[in-house]
Amino acid sequence: MRDISIIGIGQTPVGEHWGRSLRHLAYDALHLAMKDAGTERVDALYVGNMLSGEISGQAHIGPLIADFAGLRGIEAVKIEAACASGAAAFRQGVIGVASGYQDVVAVVGVEKMTDDVGSRLTAGLASAADADYETVHGVTFVALNALIMQRYMHEYGLSKGDFANFSVNAHANGANNPNAMFRRAISKETFMRAGVVANPVSLFDASPMADGAAAAIICPTRLAREYTDKAVHVLASAIATDSLAVHDRKNPLWLQAAEDSAHTAYRQAKITPAELDFFELHDAFTIMAALSLEAAGFAKAGQGTRLAVNGDIALDGKLPIATMGGLKARGHPVGATGMYQIVEAALQLRGEAGKNQLPHARLGMTQNIGGSGATIGTHIFKSSE
Amino acid sequence: MTVEIARHWRLNSQRYSLIGEECPACHYKIFPPRDVCPHCAEEAGPEFHFSGNGTVFSHTTVHTPPEGFEAQSPYTVALVKLDEGPMITAQLTDVDNGAVEIGLPVEMVTRKLAEQGDEGLILYGYKFRPQMAMA
Ligand SMILES: [Zn+2]
Repeated sequence: MRDISIIGIGQTPVGEHWGRSLRHLAYDALHLAMKDAGTERVDALYVGNMLSGEISGQAHIGPLIADFAGLRGIEAVKIEAACASGAAAFRQGVIGVASGYQDVVAVVGVEKMTDDVGSRLTAGLASAADADYETVHGVTFVALNALIMQRYMHEYGLSKGDFANFSVNAHANGANNPNAMFRRAISKETFMRAGVVANPVSLFDASPMADGAAAAIICPTRLAREYTDKAVHVLASAIATDSLAVHDRKNPLWLQAAEDSAHTAYRQAKITPAELDFFELHDAFTIMAALSLEAAGFAKAGQGTRLAVNGDIALDGKLPIATMGGLKARGHPVGATGMYQIVEAALQLRGEAGKNQLPHARLGMTQNIGGSGATIGTHIFKSSE
Repeated sequence: MTVEIARHWRLNSQRYSLIGEECPACHYKIFPPRDVCPHCAEEAGPEFHFSGNGTVFSHTTVHTPPEGFEAQSPYTVALVKLDEGPMITAQLTDVDNGAVEIGLPVEMVTRKLAEQGDEGLILYGYKFRPQMAMA
């Protein structure tokens, strides 16, 4: 297997792009990434996307986007793994390059969500869950997270306030990210006052749905120098799965696929969690941030919120998370989110994170969660120094 | 539409009467029925009729329902731990939204689940209500 590096990155602002369709958004991010890498050709394109069929009435978006981006003819495939589509697409790119089948590969995560609103979008998102045994009972994506959070608070004796800092931290970091959907810091009081969406999940526990696209160009590390002097090394790439339905899990309060993919990634990268300088985790809901920290080895079961409460997750803390706003403030364009995480990690490792730049960003990890935890992709990156 | 109906019709025995399976190898009680035991990976076994009794493992109230559930909103959904072992997802009925406690003993009833599609297909299946002795 060949070592791999990221040689180009690009992203569109996350938000409501009324004037840009799915293909335009994907092109915007791809174009920026290819320009950043200084290349006009790639051997293959992997597109991470969840809802193109449901929302835009468009399947088969691999060739659509390749052609639209001036890459007609290349291998181009959509990869779908619900909200983990981004990480899954990136991993396909890694497999393509590592195997030697392809040299220069583009990966783009793209989601167009604002072309549909209300109950149909809710139903589309819920299709990541078990259609016959979860969604048929009227369970939504928010409700599944609420069911997990409710039990978690009950079992570990936690209150709403224990989750506040996940949201406060994300919003503080999003304020300095020009591509973030929400660019205003919030107070703990704002978090506590927010309206309930599905008890105990309130508005500031949940990340906003939005449009967006983010892309990266990868190639073998030995070729990377021909393109750039700020290549970011891909040290690990792993995906693990769990039961689709929450009720079928051995322990509904434990993200087994996060633990499994993180441990595979640590082994590949030959590092321990303590060596990581930051962690772009999947804070689609505050409860997912807590569970992700626990499963990745940063806290014991039931203690994930302590890292938020004591400030470990802040930019100047022991393990900064959501350094560019996370899903909560940057926004959560579902199938694109995993690629936003990777692009943001690359910005930190290249020293280009602006006001949110970490002083010691050498090793970073991203973790992208599909549905309520059935697909989880973990990647580890290292700066070129 | 016929395809849609077949998708639900084949699940009727599970949805109306909680019929699952018992694994012949490890005796794990399985719901919903599968081809392979999720516990020991042996081929799943003969039919098993669940009592329909269980307790609330967790619950929440849905205020922004997906398509097909608008008429029932708001409604309470729960993870119910069946007395025989497995956990399932279902709506709670005959309860006040928000007045549910974790650990509440519940029993299965058959109710309307949803109205789907333009032709108004109505789905029936299991929901749970507080056990009568408790009410
Ligand atoms: Zn078995």
